[in-house]
Amino acid sequence: MSELLPQARPLETLEDVARDLAPKVRETLDAMEERIDAFLTSVMGESFEERMKRIDLHLGAGGVDAFGMDPKWVKYGYFAAAVLYRHYFRCEVTGLENAPAGRVLFIGNHSGQIPLDAAMIGSALFLEGNPPRVIRSMIEKWTQTLPFVSTFFCRMGQVVGVPENARRLLESEEALMVFPEGAAGISKTYDRAYQLSDFGLGFMRLAIETKTPIVPVAVVGAEEQYISIGNLSSLAKILGIPALPLIPQLFIPGGQLPLPTKYRIAFGAPMFFDGDPDDDDSVLEEKVWTVKTTIQQMVNDGLSKRKGIFF
Amino acid sequence: MGTAPKTILVTGMCGRLGQLVVRELHRTHRVIGVDRRPFDRLPADVAHHEVDLRKKKVRDIFRSEKVDAVIHLGVMHDPRKSSADHHSWNVAGFAKLLGYVAEFGVKKLVMLSSSNVYGPQPDNPQYLTEDAPLLGGANFSDIRDLIELDHLAQGFLWKHPNVSTVILRPVHIVGTVRNAASNFLRLGVVPTLLGFDPLIQLIHESDVVRAIVHAVESEVRGIFNIAGPEPIPLSRIIERLGKPTLPVPTGLAKAALKRLWNMRLTSFPAPELDHIRYICMVDDARARHDLGFTPAQDLASTIEAVNWGRW
Repeated sequence: MSELLPQARPLETLEDVARDLAPKVRETLDAMEERIDAFLTSVMGESFEERMKRIDLHLGAGGVDAFGMDPKWVKYGYFAAAVLYRHYFRCEVTGLENAPAGRVLFIGNHSGQIPLDAAMIGSALFLEGNPPRVIRSMIEKWTQTLPFVSTFFCRMGQVVGVPENARRLLESEEALMVFPEGAAGISKTYDRAYQLSDFGLGFMRLAIETKTPIVPVAVVGAEEQYISIGNLSSLAKILGIPALPLIPQLFIPGGQLPLPTKYRIAFGAPMFFDGDPDDDDSVLEEKVWTVKTTIQQMVNDGLSKRKGIFF
Repeated sequence: MGTAPKTILVTGMCGRLGQLVVRELHRTHRVIGVDRRPFDRLPADVAHHEVDLRKKKVRDIFRSEKVDAVIHLGVMHDPRKSSADHHSWNVAGFAKLLGYVAEFGVKKLVMLSSSNVYGPQPDNPQYLTEDAPLLGGANFSDIRDLIELDHLAQGFLWKHPNVSTVILRPVHIVGTVRNAASNFLRLGVVPTLLGFDPLIQLIHESDVVRAIVHAVESEVRGIFNIAGPEPIPLSRIIERLGKPTLPVPTGLAKAALKRLWNMRLTSFPAPELDHIRYICMVDDARARHDLGFTPAQDLASTIEAVNWGRW
């Protein structure tokens, strides 16, 4: 018996240390939170908090909504995004009046290797939308297997891209962001910049089924934030990730940050579709094609109007 | 619910949940219990048959008594028993029981399954409905028995329209019960997976008892997810229990748990880690609308109940 005792001890001390440490860590975090909040208000102005309060969050007793969105995380997330939105990408937004209240599907072109386009569209609707909205995007299932990333997305109100989730959100009058190009869109190489790749049909089926207006969104400026010259798709497959873009700037010190391009975000007029959600794919394809060409046209307009990539 | 007194046969009566169910039922109904284990302070009007479900003696009970309803709680999941033992006990026993229900014209069958039969997966919809496939056994073999019983009960439900069969799939039950989830939450320091914080649904054991009693007394048949109060992130549950957490990187946790399991130092098999990594949440709309069951305990009292079963 006595040989067993020394083995038991380290575990016990570890438990004790953890138990002693936990309240102190929580105290420090709480103190930090207050200071961050004060800083946040001083930077963003009172209107930021004001906008946060205007959003109907449907929180449960657990402090999060049905999908795990936490207003605290949303606040800090949008704060970080707002800094990028105003000072880094200096977003220029048009057509915000096209975003209706109630259920809506925002369909956009996906670009830029990392989903900053979603963050900027979200910021536009949060900071300048009337009423302010918190959009929920449909994210890649794969992200759920990543530590921190999965928790961050979930607390920020992002949901796994399965139809059941989308239906549930729309039925509770939420704003949903979908990039029908998916991973193929965001990981485009530069030679295919601003050429929309194939659209999935799922969003159209959903829009018809739930009678949701579709608002087309075009983002210009994100393609140039990371210039990808190729995609190591077979290596990506081995690693179990959707894409592995080759981005030369990552090897230059400081190049890990996206280039400070100017984002131009355009919201188009809402589009309404009806019919049978279980229609033949060819019928749905036609409707999807209408949305895709609208977005492509908006992207082309944005490209022809801009005078420079950075200004 | 004032219904006529029935003769109700309860299997697995001596488990913690079984005891609660019996105490709830015996005042209004005649209760017969079948369980190999002894019952502590058995109510005088409850008949207890200490026999194995697979034995012929069980048939004699059905022959001599006019059984109106059967509640099957006798699912064995002792992770330390050999899987062959389990399988024979669980599947053969339940198959025999189903035979008696059909043969002796029992009108009601309530089988207690679990939401764990769906299994935690990275691409789970936020809320699984009863039609979702039972994938819980993909990584975790110990749940396969329960999945098979669930399937057996489903087959019985469709094959015997004259028997009002109810399959209940409650979320993690907490209270005096002993199951993996509540044992886990009762640990002094609760380990979590670094960077993962899934939403969890808990249900108070008294709500599960109410659901079972409700299912026995109602005329409704079918499969029902049974959920408690709103979902809450795992970290918040632990926080509300006032316990320190020990975040461990997933790879390390898996390796360590495998070692500990092999050395028989833990009762948590490594594949169960998926439960604290991915979501496995259910939609209980069908239970609310068709069965008319809503949980009575709120989130605070449900979480508090975790401490009841402290050893």
